[in-house]
Amino acid sequence: MAEFTLPKKSKVIEGKEWPKPEGATNTKAIKVYRWSPDDDQNPRLDTYHVDLDDCGPMVLDALIKIKNEVDSTLAFRRSCREGVCGSCAMNIDGGNTLACTKYIADAKGDLKIYPLPHQAVIKDLVPDQTHFFAQYREIEPWLKTDTPAPERERLQSPEDRAKVDGLWECVLCACCSTSCPSYWWNEDRYLGPAILLQAYRWLADSRDEATGERLDNLEDPFRLYRCHTIMNCTKTCPKHLNPAKAIASIKKMMVERRL
Amino acid sequence: MSIRTPLGRARGLGSAKTGTDHWWAQRVTALALIPLVIWFVVSMIVNTGSDHEAALSFISSPINAVLLTLLIVATFYHGQLGLQVVIEDYIHTKWLEVALILSVKGGAIFLGVASVYAVIAIALGG
Repeated sequence: MAEFTLPKKSKVIEGKEWPKPEGATNTKAIKVYRWSPDDDQNPRLDTYHVDLDDCGPMVLDALIKIKNEVDSTLAFRRSCREGVCGSCAMNIDGGNTLACTKYIADAKGDLKIYPLPHQAVIKDLVPDQTHFFAQYREIEPWLKTDTPAPERERLQSPEDRAKVDGLWECVLCACCSTSCPSYWWNEDRYLGPAILLQAYRWLADSRDEATGERLDNLEDPFRLYRCHTIMNCTKTCPKHLNPAKAIASIKKMMVERRL
Repeated sequence: MSIRTPLGRARGLGSAKTGTDHWWAQRVTALALIPLVIWFVVSMIVNTGSDHEAALSFISSPINAVLLTLLIVATFYHGQLGLQVVIEDYIHTKWLEVALILSVKGGAIFLGVASVYAVIAIALGG
């Protein structure tokens, strides 16, 4: 049955307030979700004060500064720091985005940072993405052909190549999927916007020969049709892609092959 | 407790190979309901203040009886498709989900048949 309240142990409580940096005149309060599997404590919101005159402009800069200089126990994922790897996806100022491409200055007032919504938390800002990437594996995200491999490269016209624009740029950060209410309620079976956009990336690829098989595997009341065009995915995508449109294109192909 | 690989869990029972008919039917009935509802609302406004006799003669007219029957069928068919999706979204206790879906579909069939019977009784009985 639906759960309408959080379990007692999941209630976020007010956490520690760390001291303001000495001599700083331009500070920003950053509230960060903290939870550790090692103690039996509730999750809490710790407050850090970051000297903006001595910090890079991005939210990730502030997090790295906190981890280096204030509190080394803070856990978060990051790698490329330029919006290409998709590691530092988190809920910042109420929206899912990449910490490395989000300006601190975008947040009015205190900056609140939570892990991606509705995912099991491993520690602090690190969500468990095992199922998300298993779902990616499930759609078999690679070129499938029966025609023997050619001597040279597989040819594709410039027009056909353009059809995967807006799809290949996806970095699988999971911002869209974890912003989708349908994915919150049914992530065990619904593939979610990120994985469906990736599925369409292969459906739209003129070199692929498994289109029908791919559509067969997607045609399911839960895998595909839990999408109710809520559009949170498109609104939140830090790469400005349009997963909702990709899903609509899959539904269109489903109808097309029976008309 | 069950130990499964993440891929095994993600694949689950596999694709049901269905869903497109449901999705398409919901859209087609939605389109059909646009003119039908406009016709119904306009007819109700035109007939405001009419007595029982006038209502019976309105339904007895062949074109009105046919349009009314279509409206009833499309409404209940569309409605139960939509409610089914809502139940599938939110109810995660399997037996309750199945029971609710069957009740909604049964209810829609019962009310739809009763409504169509009423129209036919009036149209042919008058």
